[in-house]
Amino acid sequence: MVQSLDRSQGRIGGAAADATPAPAACATFTGNRGLQIEEPLIFELGQPDRCGVDLPEPSRTKDRLNGLRRAGEIGLPGLSEPQVVQHYTRLSQKNYAIDMGVYPLGSCTMKHNPRLNEKVARLPGIGDLHPLQPVSTVQGALELIDSLAHWLKTLTGMPAVAMSPAAGAHGEMCGMMAIAAALEARGERAQRKIVLAPESAHGTNPATAAALGFTVKPIPANERGRVDLAALKAALGPDVAAIMLTNPNTCGLFENDIIEISQAVHAAGAYFYCDGANFNAIVGRVRPGDLGVDCMHINLHKTFSTPHGGGGPGAGPVVLSAALAHHAPYPWIVKDGDRWRIAEEGGEVAGTPLGRLKAFHGQMGMFTRALAYIMSHGANGLRQASGDAVLSANYVMAALKDVMSPAFEGPCMHEALFDDSFLKDTGVSTLDFAKAMIDEGYHPMTMYFPLVVHGALLIEPTESPAKEDLDLFIGALRALAERAAKREHLDAFKTAPRFAPRRRLDETLAARKPVLRWRPSNRPPEGDPLKQAAE
Amino acid sequence: MRYLPLTDGDRRDMLAVIGAKSVDELFKDVPTAARLPGKIGGLPDHQGELEVERAFQAYAARNLSPGSAPFFIGAGAYRHHVPSAVDYIIQRGEFLTSYTPYQPEVTQGTLQYLFEFQTQVTLLTGMEVANASMYDGSTAASEAVLMANRITRRHKALLSGGLHPHYRRVIETTGRWEGFSAVAGKADAQGLEDLIASIDKETSCVVVQNPSFFGHVRDFTKLAAACHAMGALLIAVVTEVVSLGLIKPPADMGADIVVCEGQSIGNGLGFGGPYVGLFATREKYIRQMPGRLVGETVDAEGRRGFVLTLSTREQHIRREKATSNICTNAGLCALAFTVHLTLLGEAGFKRLAELNHAKACELAECVADVPRVSVLNDSFFNEFTVRLPKPAAPVVEALAERRILGGVPVSRLIPDEPDVENLLLLAATETTTEHGMAPLVAALKEVL
Repeated sequence: MVQSLDRSQGRIGGAAADATPAPAACATFTGNRGLQIEEPLIFELGQPDRCGVDLPEPSRTKDRLNGLRRAGEIGLPGLSEPQVVQHYTRLSQKNYAIDMGVYPLGSCTMKHNPRLNEKVARLPGIGDLHPLQPVSTVQGALELIDSLAHWLKTLTGMPAVAMSPAAGAHGEMCGMMAIAAALEARGERAQRKIVLAPESAHGTNPATAAALGFTVKPIPANERGRVDLAALKAALGPDVAAIMLTNPNTCGLFENDIIEISQAVHAAGAYFYCDGANFNAIVGRVRPGDLGVDCMHINLHKTFSTPHGGGGPGAGPVVLSAALAHHAPYPWIVKDGDRWRIAEEGGEVAGTPLGRLKAFHGQMGMFTRALAYIMSHGANGLRQASGDAVLSANYVMAALKDVMSPAFEGPCMHEALFDDSFLKDTGVSTLDFAKAMIDEGYHPMTMYFPLVVHGALLIEPTESPAKEDLDLFIGALRALAERAAKREHLDAFKTAPRFAPRRRLDETLAARKPVLRWRPSNRPPEGDPLKQAAE
Repeated sequence: MRYLPLTDGDRRDMLAVIGAKSVDELFKDVPTAARLPGKIGGLPDHQGELEVERAFQAYAARNLSPGSAPFFIGAGAYRHHVPSAVDYIIQRGEFLTSYTPYQPEVTQGTLQYLFEFQTQVTLLTGMEVANASMYDGSTAASEAVLMANRITRRHKALLSGGLHPHYRRVIETTGRWEGFSAVAGKADAQGLEDLIASIDKETSCVVVQNPSFFGHVRDFTKLAAACHAMGALLIAVVTEVVSLGLIKPPADMGADIVVCEGQSIGNGLGFGGPYVGLFATREKYIRQMPGRLVGETVDAEGRRGFVLTLSTREQHIRREKATSNICTNAGLCALAFTVHLTLLGEAGFKRLAELNHAKACELAECVADVPRVSVLNDSFFNEFTVRLPKPAAPVVEALAERRILGGVPVSRLIPDEPDVENLLLLAATETTTEHGMAPLVAALKEVL
């Protein structure tokens, strides 16, 4: 086998990994487990007379609050700065993160987040600008946005880009609104009510289309994991507004009939919305504009590495074809001679803008980071990055195909998709397998998505891991797959994770009796070390 | 390339394992016509840190940093001092570079701070439940209207003339394409608007802002009662969340949904984003809420832990039947908010609010002394409206030429109402000093 375990220092396989955990009887007095420290909520730590800031005494003036002064306690806890820093540092240590290692969460593209991007986003004169400063005082900021827009248009081969959407799903909304606007301009909005989307689509696609009043009609996949072209053609007609297609698709495969698909869609008078979540696989190698795409959102946090931040903030600029460009939302940036300005409501109207999606001008902090990433890579580096991402995914696929079960034949793009047939009759589920990875020191892959594959395990290594790290990761997965196949130590799967800050959590309880905030009456549950330590 | 660890030797070895001759061969599913043979032309190649940093310093040099000029701009985004510990915490890789907490066993850090965030939002707004954040205040306001439409099964939103004009546009845009009507009142510069007579049996909600876009502080208790009598909901928008340290919270006025722009706490101005939307409501509406929710539960050993919960409202489970298409929220901005608010605590947050109000009172007195300038507001928090003897937009430009960032001309946000042409919004925060106010007053006397 290719992956050498020489560098694993005993981390993978062998007796050490099979050692039984310490029994509950040997629990520590504090509930802490070495560096895993139990941490209360801030509301359980505070004292009313403590404060983590020093603010001057306000000057005494008669207030002008219209008699609406807030009475009584708000209920915020008081903590000093060291307590706050320790609290959040301890919390941070309960997270897995890209900075800690391979984070193979398929579809989410957990690639390295360069620190230079953080630095430039915080420069005085960039990070501290007010969005409503006179435009004469923000010429550099407008030029920066335009530079990113230029890169995005050039990399996608599209003539226009709407920069304001705040995230990928928001970009989807923008793109589908642009399509609705174009249909309205053609007088066909009432007639074209159907949006086609493959069964494998991200949940945001049908949610977006339905919110805009479209009826979503699923298109089946063929046995190769691609759109069934015949079924698609049969579904197209004068009632179809658009197709929403992810390409490369959520199975990690390139839709090889893509040009025929876009031609058929256009011939039927419909538009082609491309979900650009997987643009990272093809950036610098394929321009969506050459595939006949009418609009595509770009998740800057995926393709261009703005940090995911525990679930946002994101940014979802949408590139638009000539057919949709004049429906772009406010605002946009215009250059008059050597001066930049912002086109907003009430200014000159070019075309029929669909409206406004967000206050101000978009996720500038994300634009700055994405542009720094793009400039660092350059045209050559971006092409190399997509190539390395695809190479790494294929390498993972090739190295695991004899012990796990690839969902489809042939080379994949940036993601390796497996189904759960390799776990059949082992008593181990996709969930168990994923949780066992946690004990081996990895964040699990995406599981049970896409829905079209039974017990899906979707692995996206990205271009960021070194080959040595990929080999360790592959070694861990092989060892787990082989353990499952031999039906050895199945309790290691069933009880996983054993070594994480928490064991499996009771999600049913959380949903049945929602506790969404702390109240003074909240007490840590029985068995909670925090409670025991307190008593 | 410093971010790409694979060497040419690694690539050769990996291709050998795959059984492919080249990386290009892995792209064979791409139609040949669409496959670019080499890098895209007309774009520069990779650059080192030093070169990239220089390029950004050059962009920055063409802007006027608020730190280097007297600064009075607000209108929905406010300049506050953010303690150093906040930026340190949010730059910890464990927070910065983790994803949405789908695997709760290895994301308790994110889940616990979001639970703390949700609790803080309920305390500030006085509401019963809050979600784990939205993109920003404007999109949160639009989601609130959609939620009110779902609850009431009605499709008409009444928007106050005191609502931030961008928020109004965002709601109108959503209404235009998602199929509800948004009826907006005329710009309410005087703070005298009364919407009660406009509520009818079709009205799903009334959207008000406090303090209003023009700065007025108002009591919506009667309006809330009128809404409820007609089966409609009251949505309260707060664009300056620091005001909640001093002003009666929306819940106490009868609001059903409260949305705030949370930028003021923990998050820099950032030229408009990313910010953080706060979204709070009453417990009975939990299942109609948009966005992520974190809930408390126990693990297999009975220890307290946190998970994403009630996901059956969400797009990844419900697909076309979801309450919203939202997937991402503003996790890291929510963390900045939570850390800053934790540093402030009860005493610090209230004092911060007092300071802001005191500075604004001081500014209002200074500006009122400028001949032919009048302050429109009887009440305000840290921002108010003044009427100038001539159009405000060129005045603001003239101030900028003197390196003073002297407020926002209302006409920039409300270009279609000639009545507002001479109106200027001025804001003060704890960062405002007398050394800044004096040049503003002097410059105003000069340009007016």
